[in-house]
Amino acid sequence: MNRTDTLDQSATTTARGGDVIDRHRLSTRLWHWTNVITLVIMLMSGLMIFNAHPRLYWGKFGANADYAWLQIGAENEQGYLRIGNLTVATTGVLGRWTDQGGTVRNRAFPYWATLPQGYNLALARRWHLTFAWVFSLGLLAYLGRSLWNRHLQRDLLPTTDELKPGHIWSDIKHHAQLKFPTGAAAARYNILQKFAYLSVLIILIPGMILTGMTMSPNLNASFFWLLDLFGGRQSARSLHFIFATGLVLFIVVHLLMVILAGPLNEVRSMFTGRFRLPEEKE
Amino acid sequence: MMSTLITRRSLLTGLGFTIIGGTTAGLIVSPTFRDLVLATGEQLSYRTHRLIGRNALAPEFTEAQMSPVFRTNGNTMPASAVYQQQMATSFANWTLQVDGLVTTPGNFSMAALKAMPARTQITRHDCVEGWSAIGKWTGVPLAALLSQVALLPTARFLVLHCADDFDGQPYYESIDLVDAFHPQTILAYGMNDETLTVGHGAPLRLRVERQLGYKQAKYVMRIEAVASLAGIQGGKGGFWEDQIGYDWYAGI
Repeated sequence: MNRTDTLDQSATTTARGGDVIDRHRLSTRLWHWTNVITLVIMLMSGLMIFNAHPRLYWGKFGANADYAWLQIGAENEQGYLRIGNLTVATTGVLGRWTDQGGTVRNRAFPYWATLPQGYNLALARRWHLTFAWVFSLGLLAYLGRSLWNRHLQRDLLPTTDELKPGHIWSDIKHHAQLKFPTGAAAARYNILQKFAYLSVLIILIPGMILTGMTMSPNLNASFFWLLDLFGGRQSARSLHFIFATGLVLFIVVHLLMVILAGPLNEVRSMFTGRFRLPEEKE
Repeated sequence: MMSTLITRRSLLTGLGFTIIGGTTAGLIVSPTFRDLVLATGEQLSYRTHRLIGRNALAPEFTEAQMSPVFRTNGNTMPASAVYQQQMATSFANWTLQVDGLVTTPGNFSMAALKAMPARTQITRHDCVEGWSAIGKWTGVPLAALLSQVALLPTARFLVLHCADDFDGQPYYESIDLVDAFHPQTILAYGMNDETLTVGHGAPLRLRVERQLGYKQAKYVMRIEAVASLAGIQGGKGGFWEDQIGYDWYAGI
């Protein structure tokens, strides 16, 4: 069993299944676990803030008399989710549900999805607006560090070959058949992983932070261009929710892939940095 | 060489994971630690916002961009007998009292306020709950009023005492002097080209355009300059701050 280092390209290409390589840099590991905690707090406190006004609008303004493109509510003792003209009955999960104490509540997101569990906008805002700093400064530090140590350029940016439709298609087929890379090929991110991580790193997380800032009346004065970028405060609020949904989808797929690819090896590598390459088959 | 490298790296690793693990554990098990951490967001935002743009202007809009319906919230009909009496006479005898840490305390009648140079602005009102409405406000810049009473150097906040209450608890709010002297901070008596309605705070309400809705005190009857908010009502600088813990700084 050899110890090799991904930082050394030649070593990576000669690595074989069963080898233990240095996979994740310290900055990646620390940022990953900071984000695990921060994202749970941000998502759950964000749902509580949404509960205070469970309607989304497009444009510069939007309140109860204006058209909401998305709405969660309760009517005639039925919870519903309404998107455009489509209404889905969601009693028990959204709009109307029973809390831990057996009381029926007419609120958008249920207690098990929010922070805190009981309705409290003031406290949810404290969680959200404090950890927004951790989230933003964490992203800045990680992006800076990853540009500096060339993690972004070397490990995350796709190569010209990887961007060829044939390569992408074969990668999609392999993923669909749950055939994951083994041996030396597993030492590097495949193209679908690169797409996923890059979209989180440069679209979803910056999108969350910038749309969040656009909702601040004070920052609207200092950074008026943010309002133009997202088309107004209520559009920014809608996009904030959409980006968050994208992040949740990423997390679901990410966790699924970790489980399929060998959770012990994967989770351990995110703590120690060391990753055992899967054995080649045939 | 190799061993120092490894030692330094494992030290960093250990330190990093200890901070993440320790903070998480602290947030879960210690309410004191949790409150301490959760108070930092407001302070960080307040200080940063004051650092990057003390005088930056809130966006203003055109008439075409105004909300067709501007909803009300909070109290929409103050219950006190004094207010009801004033309402019956169309607020003809309403006076705004300005006192506290000022050189020359004063009482301003509505006629006097309306005789001062006015400012009209079309701005967006953002409720803490998430909705926004765009409306047109006309009123007297607070800075003009303050120049008449002349604040003492010890004054650090303005407290706005209101005529409405919730179950006997009077509504009040407070702002710092940066917002007090901001050119868009006005005491509005007109809205959407008409006299301010009772639902929106007649006869006089604050517009402090870079903060959320609960700071926009309605039914303002007295402005008091103070050095500290500690002795006022619950001590947190505003009705909702005292009652349910909204942050005093509502610029975000």
